[in-house]
Amino acid sequence: MQIVGELINTSRGAVHTAVDNLDAAFIQGLAAKQVEAGADYVDVNAGTFVGKEGDKLCWLVETVQARVETPLALDTPDPEALRRALAVHRGRPLINSITGETGRWETMLPVVAEAKAAVIALCLDDAGMPQSAADRLRVAGKLVRGLEGAGVSMEDIYLDPLVCPVSTDTSAALAALEAIGAMRREFPGVHAICGLSNVSYGLPKRRLLNNAFCLLAMQQGLDAVLLDPLDRSLISLIQATQTLLGKDEYCMAYIQAVRENRLT
Amino acid sequence: MNEALLSRIGDAVLRGQLPSIENLVREALAENIPPLQIIQGGLAKGMAAVGVRFKAGDYFLPEVMVSAKTMAAAVAILEPLLESGTRIEPLGKFLIGTVSGDVHDIGKNIVSMMLRGAGFAVSDLGVNVSAERFVEAIRKERPDIVGMCALLSTTMPAQKKTLEAISAAGLRDQVKVMVGGAPVQAKWAEQIGADGYAPDAVSAVDMAKELLGLVSGTD
Ligand code: B12
Repeated sequence: MQIVGELINTSRGAVHTAVDNLDAAFIQGLAAKQVEAGADYVDVNAGTFVGKEGDKLCWLVETVQARVETPLALDTPDPEALRRALAVHRGRPLINSITGETGRWETMLPVVAEAKAAVIALCLDDAGMPQSAADRLRVAGKLVRGLEGAGVSMEDIYLDPLVCPVSTDTSAALAALEAIGAMRREFPGVHAICGLSNVSYGLPKRRLLNNAFCLLAMQQGLDAVLLDPLDRSLISLIQATQTLLGKDEYCMAYIQAVRENRLT
Repeated sequence: MNEALLSRIGDAVLRGQLPSIENLVREALAENIPPLQIIQGGLAKGMAAVGVRFKAGDYFLPEVMVSAKTMAAAVAILEPLLESGTRIEPLGKFLIGTVSGDVHDIGKNIVSMMLRGAGFAVSDLGVNVSAERFVEAIRKERPDIVGMCALLSTTMPAQKKTLEAISAAGLRDQVKVMVGGAPVQAKWAEQIGADGYAPDAVSAVDMAKELLGLVSGTD
């Protein structure tokens, strides 16, 4: 399971303030904590800096990479901001994200292709919000073919089924779960990724729903996830689930994690 | 008698009792309560109470949805009766859409539903609506108010662009413009020169009425 640490996002007030004040120590601390907790990628998002997103994103990349070796997930829908962030990034980042919407596809694809990086592709196109699992699979097919055509290898594609809140449509989680299963069967080598918090929007005790969703999605083949790596109970659940799903030879990772007192 | 029945109707909306709303509405009609009074004195009051609880954190989104559905089911029965008999004019015409590059529509749909319930004629352009399409629709439909929804900080600038396009088309003084969506704040509305902002569907209805200089008839 690959973990993308989601905490360095300027839609979180404290992060916005830190980026605004060029508070490198705060940002580096947040990056280091996520990496220590097991993040495989550190997501950086400066989306709230409208008009200055490129500058702020570059600053985030340089600031975080001055402290940790982990590659970053460059989180922006803006091809120009992305191009600049890629230019300063060391190593192979994860681009977050491209979609099949005409404007976004055409402007992002050349940047993605040139970067030779991994990329998250959201199952969204001009037909609008996918409703069913079948809708999602149709868009996924288009994305995978298009990315492959541009020279992106299957192993570098991370499909995001788009998870909608169950609070406004009780079949929303199921549609995403079924899509994950179908994607993994249909496109061998391609990864499935998603965020966990959408599903619980509008409901109380959200973590309970997020965590349950994560485990169900793992059963369907989810192999990458955007989350808060500092949430120890979630990380513990994920480790336990990996072990139960037969992805932990001789249960060694589980035992090791317990010995190191990483599980709660 | 009528009062008690109307308050039961309001209560059914508040509790989201979708299965029982039809009978209650038919009962009220049999008592010769005018459809408009059923809406304003019963349904809308119930929905307003839902809004209060939601804002206070006592109600969750699904409860708001069921209540809105309950209200919509009742309005569906009453609307044809309004039209055939004393056809009431809508409070105003509201054009709504989610801006270019943005496909979030759950909030917009709730706002539409609430506006309809409150007596507005709502025309919904859907999602990913370009500035040009907003302008075109304003020309064609002559709404009193245009509402723009944006859920992403990256699509908020599209609200500004659309406003500019409306001005450039010479239509700015013909419509009031409201903006909304989770990241949108009153400050932003002011900054881009919108006429109004609302943080939720209940306030959106209040704001729409305020912009048209209407005194709320429901409270
Ligand atoms: C559901 C959801 C989705 C669904 C949308 C499904 C749909 N049919 O709408 C999907 C999965 C497609 C989606 C996609 C994306 N999403 Co999204 N999504 C959400 C989520 C969880 C809930 C939004 C929602 O429906 N809320 C419920 C309604 C009732 O609330 P509301 O929309 O705020 O509406 C109320 C008020 O704002 C107001 N209002 C709304 N519209 C209007 C209009 C007017 C005129 C007025 C006056 C008032 C008004 O009244 C409403 C009712 O009270 C939010 C989380 C959040 N905190 O908002 C993220 C969120 C908005 N999404 C986000 C992101 C980043 C995305 C994506 C870019 C990527 C991704 N991986 O998810 C894509 C972008 C797609 C695109 N091009 O638009 C971010 C935005 C960050 C930012 N600040 O920019 C959020 C905040 C999540 C997060 N924390 O990261 N998303």
